Amino acid sequence: MTGGALLTGTAGWLFVAFAVLALASAIAVVAARNPVHSALYLLLSFLLVACIFILQQAEFVGAVQILVYAGGIMVLFLFVVMLVNPGTPRTGRTFQHQWDIALLLLPVLLLPFAYILWTEKLPDLPVNPDALRMVNGKLGGNTEAVAWSLFRDYLLPFEVASVFLLVAMIGAVVLGKRSAETMD
Amino acid sequence: MTITINHYLIVSLLLFAIGFFGVLVRRNFLTVLMSIELMLNAVNLNFVAFSRRLSDLTGQVFSVFVITIAAGEAAVGLALTISLFRQKKTLNVEEASTMRG
Repeated sequence: MTGGALLTGTAGWLFVAFAVLALASAIAVVAARNPVHSALYLLLSFLLVACIFILQQAEFVGAVQILVYAGGIMVLFLFVVMLVNPGTPRTGRTFQHQWDIALLLLPVLLLPFAYILWTEKLPDLPVNPDALRMVNGKLGGNTEAVAWSLFRDYLLPFEVASVFLLVAMIGAVVLGKRSAETMD
Repeated sequence: MTITINHYLIVSLLLFAIGFFGVLVRRNFLTVLMSIELMLNAVNLNFVAFSRRLSDLTGQVFSVFVITIAAGEAAVGLALTISLFRQKKTLNVEEASTMRG
């Protein structure tokens, strides 16, 4: 692959299909009235983004996306939706009062970025997919290469992430448990 | 169809904007959390695309970290949701206005 092309041919068209579907299901997440529908559209969006990751040969990140997001976080979301069981609001608004102002201001956020993307031509770099699977000078797999980088160059952030998860777990337990006076 | 980094940036920008809009306008706290997940996912898309463009694995490693942070954020956010539901018997963010926010 030469020039700035990240994907070509069929892979490019697949990217377009996945991206359009992911954006459509993201819109459905925001637009759906029922939280369960939102959660299921979010699951679809995660899976499509995972497909995009796998398409660009980031297999490990795609697998983690499916396992952690689609497997873990979505189960947690659906569990909480079932637990609080708000049901579909038959009456009442889905959106807040300021939704029209937000919709008007959204292009103000988007336009500078769109302008930059339109005018700025990022330099074409040669894409070398094999560089993403080099392990210690030999050609390995993507998972192997990510693990090599994670456990050698990013060992301290990795440990910090484990401490962060512990803190988040304790925080979730403390927030979620009933206090003694409200328990009856 | 030839896909360059600009296509990735456009998709990521739109995904982020949809998530941002959801955070701003939804009344249901659960859907606000889901919109935050959409925004984090858009960032991951950029990380992985630039990782491929620059032929550097750092982007992929960082997107793994972002997924970790998203998991922690979802756990704490959902605990807050349950806490809010116990206090107010609703998930409407407009009702949680004790601090006049």
